[in-house]
Amino acid sequence: MRDLRAASDRRTIVHPFIVRLTHWLNAVAMVCMIMSGWLIYDANPLVPFVFPRWATLGGWLGGAIAWHLAAMWLLVANGLLYAAYGLAGGHFRRSFLPLSPGAVWADLRAALSLRLPHRLGHYNAVQRLLYVLVLLAGGLAVTSGLALWKPVQLRWLSFLLGGYEVTRRVHFVAMAGIVSFVVVHLALVILVPKTLPPMLTGRAKEEA
Amino acid sequence: MSLWPIRKRAKLADVAPELVKLERRLFLRNSLSLGALTLLTGCDLTDGDAVDKALWAMSRWNDRVQGWLFDPNRLAPTYAESDITKPFPFNAFYDVDDVPDIDGADWKLEVSGLVQDKSAWTLDRLRALPQQSQITRHICIEGWSAIGQWSGVPFRTFLERIGADLKARYVGFKCADRYYSSLDMATALHPQTILALDYGKDPLPPEYGFPLKLRVPTKLGFKNPKYIAAVFVTNDNPGGYWEDQGYNWYSGS
Repeated sequence: MRDLRAASDRRTIVHPFIVRLTHWLNAVAMVCMIMSGWLIYDANPLVPFVFPRWATLGGWLGGAIAWHLAAMWLLVANGLLYAAYGLAGGHFRRSFLPLSPGAVWADLRAALSLRLPHRLGHYNAVQRLLYVLVLLAGGLAVTSGLALWKPVQLRWLSFLLGGYEVTRRVHFVAMAGIVSFVVVHLALVILVPKTLPPMLTGRAKEEA
Repeated sequence: MSLWPIRKRAKLADVAPELVKLERRLFLRNSLSLGALTLLTGCDLTDGDAVDKALWAMSRWNDRVQGWLFDPNRLAPTYAESDITKPFPFNAFYDVDDVPDIDGADWKLEVSGLVQDKSAWTLDRLRALPQQSQITRHICIEGWSAIGQWSGVPFRTFLERIGADLKARYVGFKCADRYYSSLDMATALHPQTILALDYGKDPLPPEYGFPLKLRVPTKLGFKNPKYIAAVFVTNDNPGGYWEDQGYNWYSGS
């Protein structure tokens, strides 16, 4: 019953151009940041675990840092473009709101019992929650990353995050949050492959 | 194909005894880097040099940005004596058993480049200059950090004493362990940049750089050379042991 919308549109714009552009640029930047970041982590692990060499980028610590501090410009510039569009263009408000615990709970139960329909161009409450959370994790990763890069010039930021050593762990947790999201995100794309073409072309045929 | 441009490798080649080992390491890095890239792009990567050049260019861009971000009056946080990390970790590009064994009585600090007074400095002469102490956090490029206490001559005082051209761009350091590094002049003149003679209450022990170490808490640890044998002022970037292999030259905190 909820699917009665815009039935006259044969091909509906599901994802605006800016969202698609920034999504794929972000995917490239994120892969570079995470793979090089894993190699940087491996130089001095926080827990008795290192990332396997094949999953990393840069070849050695100096190469990994060079990648990390080059890709950060793409990540941040692209993130700012996306945030500007999301806030000024109303994308965040339209796509992520309203968001209530009750709706999340209802949609989560429906999803887990495989009874939650996927409606192209419309995010259910669980999706909304996950997208908002991963954006917050991305913001935290960038903020803590800046504090690690500039613990003296940005010492107030380093202080706010609990000092250098705490900030290292915050940066790691933010990465872990983003990677967890990516795992779920990719698993869902595999489960519902029809969501992939609109992320490339922006358009999808209206479902019957 | 080299991971880093030929210009850099030529400098490494100057360090003759290390040449074979370094060549092997460069080759290793090359293959690992290309392997990771092929994995990343899924393409047949035929021009590794272009990627390397782009990474070097971004690193030089990051040097400039960090120069703009650097506030000459912003101080690194200082700590209480009770915060000092014990034991303070030893770190170098060789094992602790191989640290230079230097006789303080014979040792002299050579001075050259854009300075008026090129006379060498003994330890007594350095100790006669004003001294300053700091308890600051040493942050290693590997990620770990440790808090230590260093005392010595404010580097600005030293540069003024030798009549250095304070408008020059760089100060370079050569060390007894074949290590070398360099600073931008703004950082060299920062109030917390010191030529450290003491660690804690005592003269630097051999593992922390006896007889002279540069302590600069606004840079990563590898920009704090130990066993300093010569200081020079120049307008040509002297690079550094790690910097020439690809660590970001500025590496400011």
